[in-house]
Amino acid sequence: MSHTITGRTWVIGDSIDTDALYPGFAMRLPVPEAATHVLYDLRPGWAAQVRPGDILVAGRNFGIGSSRQVAALLRYLGISALVAEDFNSLFHRNAINHGLPAVTVPGVSGMVTEGDVITLDLEAGLLRNGDTEAAFSPVPPMMLEILDAGGLLPRLVAAGYLADPSGKDRP
Amino acid sequence: MGMTMVEKILARASGSDAVHAGDTVVAKVDMNILIDLMFTQWPDPLKIADAERTAIILDHAVPAPSVVDANAGVLAREFAARFGIERFFDVGRHGICHQVIAENALALPGQVLTCTDSHTCAGGAYNNAARGLGPAEIISILCTGQTWYSVAPTIRYELTGAPPPGISGKDVFLHLAGTWGDATNHTLEFGGPGLASLPMNDRRTIATQGAEVSADFSVFEFDEHCAAYLAEHGAPDSFTPADPDPDAVYAATRTIDLGALVPYVARPGKVSENAVPIPEIEERAVQQCFIGSCANGQLEDLRIAADILDGRQVARGVRLIVTPASQQVYRDAVRLGYVQTLADAGAVVTNSTCGACFGYHMGVLGAGEVCLTSSTRNFRGRMGSPDAEIYMASTATVAGSAVTGRITDPRKVLA
Ligand code: SF4
Repeated sequence: MSHTITGRTWVIGDSIDTDALYPGFAMRLPVPEAATHVLYDLRPGWAAQVRPGDILVAGRNFGIGSSRQVAALLRYLGISALVAEDFNSLFHRNAINHGLPAVTVPGVSGMVTEGDVITLDLEAGLLRNGDTEAAFSPVPPMMLEILDAGGLLPRLVAAGYLADPSGKDRP
Repeated sequence: MGMTMVEKILARASGSDAVHAGDTVVAKVDMNILIDLMFTQWPDPLKIADAERTAIILDHAVPAPSVVDANAGVLAREFAARFGIERFFDVGRHGICHQVIAENALALPGQVLTCTDSHTCAGGAYNNAARGLGPAEIISILCTGQTWYSVAPTIRYELTGAPPPGISGKDVFLHLAGTWGDATNHTLEFGGPGLASLPMNDRRTIATQGAEVSADFSVFEFDEHCAAYLAEHGAPDSFTPADPDPDAVYAATRTIDLGALVPYVARPGKVSENAVPIPEIEERAVQQCFIGSCANGQLEDLRIAADILDGRQVARGVRLIVTPASQQVYRDAVRLGYVQTLADAGAVVTNSTCGACFGYHMGVLGAGEVCLTSSTRNFRGRMGSPDAEIYMASTATVAGSAVTGRITDPRKVLA
C-alpha cells in the first residue's frame, strides 16, 4: 500500500469505546450488515455517509473496550486511516493487524475540523491539513510490513498457515 | 536499570537480558486461549504451533442462544479434535475464560498468556503477563507460537492497610479509576505491604478491571497466597515468578490505603474519573441488579450475595440476576447452599456464561431501565439498549441494593 494517505475527515470525541463502534447486537451479523451499525447511537446513519478513502479522527483513548473487529467494519466501509490523540493499545494493534493504518497525533483534535481533507505520511510521520502540519512518530517498519501485506491474516496465508485467501477481513 | 514485573517477564519470554519501557520485543507465548466468539469467523488454520500451549474455552454464548453461536461450537469441537487439543472446555465444563484460566492454573507466574478477550489482563492476578489481543493476532499466535509487544511504562500501586469489612476488590478498583482515571498505554503493577490482606478473588477482580482504565497489563506481585491458590488448582511447580527489581523505573508510584476505603459506585458510561463514594449516588432507584462476569461471578461473590440475601427478599420491581462465572462455581454454589438462598430470596441464578455482561443474552436491558451491576463494563449500550443506564459497584453493594430497590451501602442492609 502507499504510505501516503489523503482523505476527507470525520471527527469524533474522546474515549469512543468499542461498544459504540460495534454494538453487541451487531456481533451476530455478517460484516456488511454489522458495518451499518458503526456509531449507531452516537452518529445515527453515519455508516451510510462514509465514502471510500475517508479518514476517522478521534480524541483521547480511542477504542477503549473489547477486541471486537471494529477495524474489519471500518475497512469494509472504506475508511483509509485512523488518527487519534492516543489509542487504547488493543484497538491500535487490531487496526494495524487488519491492515488499517492508525497513527497517534497529539493535538490532532484541535487542528482538524470535520470535512477537512488531510494527508498522512506514515513513513515520515507528518500530518498535513492545508497550511498546517503536525509531526508524529513514524510508523515503525514492522507495522508498515503488516500494513503492506493487508494485515496479519494474508501474511499467514502466504506462509501456508491458512488456506482461505479471502480471510483478509476475517475473523 | 532494574525491571518491573512485566519487563522481566517479557525479557525472559523474548530471550533478552533486559527489556524496558519503549522497547519492542518478540516473545514466546506460554498459553494461548481461544474462546467461542473466535469460531464465528474462523479461518481454520492448516497447522498450529503447539496444541499443549493452546486451550479452547466456550464462554460468551453458551449454551448457544443463536444458530451463529451453535455453528461456532461445531467448528470449535471439530478443531479441538483435529489437533488433539486436550484443554477444551466444552459446555458442561465451560465458564467465562478468565475464571476457567484461574481454576485450571493456566496463567502461571512469570509467564505470558494471550486471548482475544479484552479482560485477559485478569491473569495478572497470578503474576502473569496476560493481555487481550485481537482475533487476527490470536490466530497468528496459534500458528506461530509468538507475537510482539511494545513495552509500555508502568504505574506502580503500593497497597497499605487492610480492607474493612464489606469492602472488596471492586471498591479498590473503582477508587483507583475514580481517583486517577485512564492509564492508556500504561501497565499497572500492584504490590506492597497491604497485598497480603487482599484475597486472590479480589486481586482477580482488580486485575480484570485494568482493561476499563485502558491499561496494557495489570499485574500483581507473587506471594504465598498466590502460591497456595495455584497449588490448590493443580499448577505444576515449573514456573519462576517475576519480582520487580528495587531499582525498577516507574512512570508513577501511587499509594492506596485499603483501610480507608468505602463502597464505591461508577456512574453510567465509564469508570475513569466517573466512580465516587456511595453517598454521592445513594438512593438512585434500580430495576435490574446483576451479579456476575469474569470480575465478580466468583464463588466468593455468590457467598457474599447469599449472606446478604439470607432471610431477605429482592425488592418488588427489581430483578436480581446472578450468573456464576463457571460451571465449577455453579456446582460449588449449589453444594454450599448459596443457590438455594439466592433463589429463595427471589433472585434468578443462571447458567454460567458472559450473558448479560455484554448485552447478548440472559438479562439484556430495555430502554429507560436502570441497572446496577457488579460486572466489568458500564459503557452506554453495553448491556442492551443505549437508553438504559448502567451503574457499577461491588457484589455486596449490588446485593444490598437489590433488597432495597435503591443504590444502597450494603453495610446498612446488614446492620
Ligand atoms: S464476563 Fe463480560 S467482561 Fe468478562 S469475558 Fe465475558 S463479556 Fe467479557
